[in-house]
Amino acid sequence: MNTAALQLGPYVALVLVGFLPNEIWRFLGIIVARRLDEGSELLVWVRAVATAVLAGVIAELVLTPPGPLVYIPMPARVGALAAGFVAFLLVGRSIFVGVLVGELTLAAGALLLS
Amino acid sequence: MSAAAAFAFGARTAVTSVLCYVLFGTFVGYGALCHDLGFSLPWALVSTALVWAGPAQVIVVSTLGSGLSPTEAAVAVGLSGIRLLPMVAALLPMIRTPQTRFHQLLLPAHFTAASMWVEGLRVAPGLPRERRVACCNGIGTTMMAVALMATIAGFEMAARLPALFAAVVLFLTPMSFLVSIARGARELLDKLALALGLLLTPVFLYFKVELGLLAAGLIAGTLAYVAQRVRSGR
Repeated sequence: MNTAALQLGPYVALVLVGFLPNEIWRFLGIIVARRLDEGSELLVWVRAVATAVLAGVIAELVLTPPGPLVYIPMPARVGALAAGFVAFLLVGRSIFVGVLVGELTLAAGALLLS
Repeated sequence: MSAAAAFAFGARTAVTSVLCYVLFGTFVGYGALCHDLGFSLPWALVSTALVWAGPAQVIVVSTLGSGLSPTEAAVAVGLSGIRLLPMVAALLPMIRTPQTRFHQLLLPAHFTAASMWVEGLRVAPGLPRERRVACCNGIGTTMMAVALMATIAGFEMAARLPALFAAVVLFLTPMSFLVSIARGARELLDKLALALGLLLTPVFLYFKVELGLLAAGLIAGTLAYVAQRVRSGR
């Protein structure tokens, strides 16, 4: 850990940097949910936005990944996501097959391209 | 159905879900990452229980472990957590009753992360309304227990894991998110929201739009909603 984080102490740093900025959104979600009725049009829109933002997270994690995934070349990451999705569609919409093919493609791509 | 039976049903839903095994792999990677970046095992476990969001946790350890200031790290985590707001707001109205108290929603809200959200939305409608919170708590508790065990396993095995492994397990998150959302998407609304979110977000990231993830999600979700309304002729 770097010095600034160490001065805070690892657990204080965890709460300030990891827990609070993340948990605040769940808390605000509870507040927003209180005003939403099941079956309302607003809730349908909220679900669409939630799905779209989660889709955005997928794109972000593949294109600009945090952590060691960044060492695998981008074409391998994008190609693996596409391959996994195609396999999922072809083999009875199986999550297992999609994830497996995606991972194998990623590993193969990493070994071939780097 | 008793509350305990609903909780057990949730636990069973979790262990029979592919996402639970994906979670295991992801958190083996997270435990190993914590070990390699110099965090302690108790810290790694507390972070999994408190943050409970894979991408945010990877950001926390890689930024605290690197040169980034704590403020910059907090902003990065805060941006990645925005998605939790609409997820919680979409799930809770489905699982609460008029009698449900505010404090009873804190736990299912805390457990809300992609895997629990996908499974919760899938199974909750099939249960009596007054048992849905217990079911979601069962899913969340079980998934978190699996993730904690995986964190320990990854931390202990870190030195013996090949270099490629860390990258491959981190890819589990986007890959499993994509296929599990696609599987849960039955209506045009969900399919369009998924496709548009995937296409628009890279454009916003490329042009470095501020709050690009949120902006792209709002636009993509709204377009999907409008398209669904137009098609159903309202």
